[in-house]
Amino acid sequence: MIYADHAATTGIHPGVLEAMMPYLTETYGNPGSLHAAGARAAQAVLYARETVANLLGCSARTVYFTSGGSESNNQALHTAAAWGGRQGRRHIVSAAFEHPSVLRTLEHLHGFQVTLLRPDAEGVLTAEKVRAALRPDTCLVSVMSVNNETGVIQPVEEIVALCRAAGVLFHTDAVQAAGQLPIAVERTGIDLLSLSAHKFHGPKGVGALICRRDLIPEPLIRGGGQERGCRAGTENVPGIVGLAAALEEACGKIIGSPVPALRRRLEDGLERIPGIHRVGAGVPRAPGITCVCLENIEREAMLVLLDQMGVCASAGSACSSGALTHSHVLQSMGVPEKLARGALRLSLGADNTEAEVDAIVQAVTRVAARLRCGKEER
Amino acid sequence: MKKVMVAMSGGVDSSVAAFLLRQQGYDCIGVTMKLYDNTMQGQPKGHPCCTLDDVEDARSVAYRLGIPHYVFDFSEEFEKQVIHRFAEVYEHGGTPNPCIDCNRFLKFGSLLRRARELGCDAVATGHYARIAEAVDGRFALYKAVDARRDQSYVLYAMTQEQLAHTLLPLGALHKDEVRRIAAEQGFVNARKHDSQDICFVPDGDYINFLERYTGKKYPPGVILDTQGRVLGQHRGAIAYTIGQRRGLGLSMAEPVYVCGKCMKDNTVTVGPQEALLAHALTAEDWNWIICPPEKPFYAKARVRYHQAEQPAQVTLLPEGVHLAFEIPQRAAAPGQAVVLYQGDCVLGGGTIRSVQQHGIAE
Repeated sequence: MIYADHAATTGIHPGVLEAMMPYLTETYGNPGSLHAAGARAAQAVLYARETVANLLGCSARTVYFTSGGSESNNQALHTAAAWGGRQGRRHIVSAAFEHPSVLRTLEHLHGFQVTLLRPDAEGVLTAEKVRAALRPDTCLVSVMSVNNETGVIQPVEEIVALCRAAGVLFHTDAVQAAGQLPIAVERTGIDLLSLSAHKFHGPKGVGALICRRDLIPEPLIRGGGQERGCRAGTENVPGIVGLAAALEEACGKIIGSPVPALRRRLEDGLERIPGIHRVGAGVPRAPGITCVCLENIEREAMLVLLDQMGVCASAGSACSSGALTHSHVLQSMGVPEKLARGALRLSLGADNTEAEVDAIVQAVTRVAARLRCGKEER
Repeated sequence: MKKVMVAMSGGVDSSVAAFLLRQQGYDCIGVTMKLYDNTMQGQPKGHPCCTLDDVEDARSVAYRLGIPHYVFDFSEEFEKQVIHRFAEVYEHGGTPNPCIDCNRFLKFGSLLRRARELGCDAVATGHYARIAEAVDGRFALYKAVDARRDQSYVLYAMTQEQLAHTLLPLGALHKDEVRRIAAEQGFVNARKHDSQDICFVPDGDYINFLERYTGKKYPPGVILDTQGRVLGQHRGAIAYTIGQRRGLGLSMAEPVYVCGKCMKDNTVTVGPQEALLAHALTAEDWNWIICPPEKPFYAKARVRYHQAEQPAQVTLLPEGVHLAFEIPQRAAAPGQAVVLYQGDCVLGGGTIRSVQQHGIAE
């Protein structure tokens, strides 16, 4: 099996599992307990919080652990909306290519108007567009750091500067950026940031919300007061420990990562396939993601054939039934529907090899030829 | 080992079909077709999909059987070939056949094409019917052994190509055997009810659905008798079908049936059984499974799904078939399917274009 879907999820690295093991076995105390067993677990959570804060350039008091990126996004948006609501500011600016956990939450904020901006044809949402959309009653701008389908890096620093000047909160879904690109929350001036452990070789089911110090996260889950009263529920100690260990390992490997070279090799190979279009080719992208569209191909059939050949890839996102939905991301970029039908996302990790990359190119080439040849016969 | 794509709806029939094929040594891929978006049902986007339970049931059975399972989105094709047709036929006063259209264009159309693309030799479904190859290499379609469950009526439009690449593992089984197998295998859907309604209108409220789909309003109007006297009100002429007896909201001494409707005047006409009787009909969009003789011949016909076959004389027409019934037939509605049989064998079928009553052509 060749795994080329790292943007969907990644495997837990051995070092991460090792860091988690004590908390899955002997050190099982509840961090909220008074006794030594609880204290040991609480210490692990504290240490993890400090580690994450150091890596992201923020204070430990701004780090809140959640169940993952979706929860962090939900909480970030509700928090900003509550802040805005208190001042009578009920307008939010975001992007049409955001992850569904952002879009569906925005749809659900009662009494708020949301402007969804479209990126340019290369998939970049320019700061200019954001500036033009700001209104006196805007309370929040939410723009993801890296788009999960295209890998395109968004101009976060420029957008933050605008928000600072306008007194507007800035949230970024950094799920595809954390562990891949350097992040400096305080220096950049980001108010709210979401991340998810399983995207950088940590366990699934745990993430974090970074929320600036003088803003209190709006609790989604109420109860026992954990996470400083902002997220009830006994802490997922092994998960939290795993998240911190994984983030530390990933951040340490950003420089000198083999992934950019592997991706170049992949894209050079793919370019030779007739009727293939690279998405976001001319703009800065996160290292691992390659998004292409193949003419005259149905991506459902393509993914199944690749699956049968042992290549794990994806295209767009799945709806709740598991069927592929039309990519709202490609649509927002103005990619014609006919072309978007042939979309393919390959996302590499440091564990992929050159031989695997060559095999991926071969597989996609063969699948494309086979599906197109079949069409001509009919 | 032959490779087959099993269409799994999440119901017990297609689940047992997959099981049997797996047992017989086929290399199976389970597929559930996503045919419509829940927004079609008037629910906001993001609402849990109504057929999620069905997909999960199919997936659960597939995992149990150790076969891969995929969900393919054919909603665009379904809207074009099934839903759109459904609305159009109702608008023109006919009775549509969405399940027959779905078989023709989706299951044995798009899905079969996808199956071939993915290297499968055939598709398989849980339909109760039998396919057999004759000595001359042609394929024939037969009724199921379980007469009460026989679904050959909805499969009449299958071409030779489609028949050649379709497996129907349940044709020789009785429904209670199928349920027994499902229970033995621990399938989650062993006791699930068979779906009765049209899948894309699960609440059965066709008028509401059509209004949402076409954007037009179908207001209530009058129900007339065959003399033009007003008997009561209808809830929207569009969804009434010829032969309909239930749901008229009339209390009459004798049972009455819908025997006509006029979309322009927004009226529905009802009459006694006699008003519905057809001596003959012409059908178009015909598919022959068996090569027909040139001269007129006798066969048995079904003009409704669960009907006992009726003797008829069959005459070939340039674009279809003319059937003359020995015994006048009730409720043969334009738009409905008519299927010809000889014994258990399906000769062919088509869509009723017009019906002749009392020897007078309509």
